[in-house]
Amino acid sequence: MYRYDDLDQTFIDDRTEQFTDQVSRRLEGAIGEDHFKPLRLMNGLYLQLHSYMLRVAIPYGTLSAEQMRGLAAIARQFDRGYGHFTTRQNVQFNWTRLDDMPGILSSLAEMQMHAVQTSGNCIRNVTADHLAGVAPDEIEDPRPWCEIIRQWSSLHPEFTYLPRKFKIAVGGGPRDRAALRVHDIALELRRNEAGEVGFLVMVGGGQGRTPKLAKTIRDFLPKRHVLSYLEAILRVYNQLGRRDNKYKARIKILVDAIGPERFAAMVEDEWSHLRDGELTLEADDMAKIMADFAAPAYESAGAATSSDDPVFAAWRQRNVHPHKVPGYANVTISLKPIGGAPGDATEAQMEAVADLAERWGSSEIRVSHEQNLILPDIRQSDLETMWRGLDAMGLATPNAGLITDIIACPGLDYCALATARSIPVAQEISERFADLERQHDIGALKIKISGCINACGHHHIGHIGILGVDKRGSEVYQITLGGSADENASLGSLVGPAFAADGIVDAVETIVTTYLGLRHDGESFLDAYRRVGLEPFKEALYAPA
Amino acid sequence: MASKIATANRLDDGRVVYLDRHGRWLNTMAQARIANDEAAAADLDAKARLGEVANLVVGAYLIEVEGQPLRPTQLRERIRAEGPTVQRELNRAPAAMAAE
Repeated sequence: MYRYDDLDQTFIDDRTEQFTDQVSRRLEGAIGEDHFKPLRLMNGLYLQLHSYMLRVAIPYGTLSAEQMRGLAAIARQFDRGYGHFTTRQNVQFNWTRLDDMPGILSSLAEMQMHAVQTSGNCIRNVTADHLAGVAPDEIEDPRPWCEIIRQWSSLHPEFTYLPRKFKIAVGGGPRDRAALRVHDIALELRRNEAGEVGFLVMVGGGQGRTPKLAKTIRDFLPKRHVLSYLEAILRVYNQLGRRDNKYKARIKILVDAIGPERFAAMVEDEWSHLRDGELTLEADDMAKIMADFAAPAYESAGAATSSDDPVFAAWRQRNVHPHKVPGYANVTISLKPIGGAPGDATEAQMEAVADLAERWGSSEIRVSHEQNLILPDIRQSDLETMWRGLDAMGLATPNAGLITDIIACPGLDYCALATARSIPVAQEISERFADLERQHDIGALKIKISGCINACGHHHIGHIGILGVDKRGSEVYQITLGGSADENASLGSLVGPAFAADGIVDAVETIVTTYLGLRHDGESFLDAYRRVGLEPFKEALYAPA
Repeated sequence: MASKIATANRLDDGRVVYLDRHGRWLNTMAQARIANDEAAAADLDAKARLGEVANLVVGAYLIEVEGQPLRPTQLRERIRAEGPTVQRELNRAPAAMAAE
């Protein structure tokens, strides 16, 4: 994985020193909150309901075991023993103190991490397929391109004060595991007819109060032009984005307003001035980065050993995924224990994951946008032994991709923006559907829950999406059906009036029961929904008692 | 008018605090200064703002409370006062939090 060079380290050390000074001046009263707030947000520091929350960037969701161990130490020393992994492949510490920031940021800098640009109206942490570099179906590892985008976008003077926040995701091939189509810019590696590798460029996706799927503006962009083309897109957006209205300031609104064809034409015109300029990436520019992402030395690994343990078999069926190298596998560590808070890991669990990555993998860990951890590069012959290590730490829940593998934002239990709670709803659904045999019978089903219209819990792209809102002082929950975040992405449709907090889990059960009653053999929930539409579910949910 | 008290987050650690009768910002609302009419609320709000000016707290505002012991009427404020409704092990007694 990428290792900082002197420039990176100097940049982070300088930034840490700068923010440490700003924190000191704030605590001394030399600067007030009005001046300090934009500074702390630029450094990923929010003030939430109970405390300061620090959002730490995990570039494209890749961590070393050493970094995971460092995050565990921060959780232990500066938090209440937890890290919360997010839908943007970041980690959040919910109980930090302002006067501890110098210590935390120094710890992060020492392990080549930071919290810069995890908030504010700038280019945020670039996200990627969590199986980047190890997926058998990818065309190329997207992470070197994510890294060069990270370097280009860090403190980019022209794009530090954009009309609104800006999110870029990169996929390595036709299978979309990174929710590309709900990003401001989505890049998908593909081959053209000549067999060359480049990018499909999509813009204007996003969730929030106005969900949109990204539109293609270029079918093929040679890789060496990726930075100049991104610069052209950002320039058009920076110039025309709606700074007069926060709710209409995202690029999706601009693309929708002027149309993707006109937007594409404006980008191409801008690009004509930038193309082949200093942002053109030559092989030399990428050599160091490419070398850092070189695949580990895979050995000739034996086949999976047979096992009589049915619990292991159940876990392997759901949580083990194919690897590009025969004899190896990629493993999902579910952070969705039955009744747990989605995405949370204790400091002891983080330590254990670091140990397991070093012992059985390539010392690398991934964070998925579905709030799970991934261990790549595990020999199939080692799976059962490694699984026992996971199981001992409560990390072997065999539910990847099933109904209890729920995405949920922190909601009103933590978040200052939330209007309703998310975690308790996720916990209740998880407990209601805890029976593993039943989960397998239901099959692939993604439930995603947000505690407000900002949609951090990705409810728009859940097969079943749940949005909590405040209605005259009470929490109520709207349901959308048919959303999807993959290469056939779709936005969910509102099924009808909202449900009270004490009725939302029953409503999910009704939806599942309806699906089970109408599905064809082997038909997934999403396929069934796409065949029959909303109506059968609506009838079941709102039929007179 | 519903009874109101002043709340904020403490500057140095971000913890939830309430303004008491003596102008101190405390972890608990048990001793909070209560405003029962518009004039008292305006005065309480002004005193709470002084906490911001003095860089003791951030984001001071008034909330509605009821009953004895005092309890916020809104869920959001009850969660701020009592901690997350999940992961109860993360919630610490006010005395423990004050000692942090």
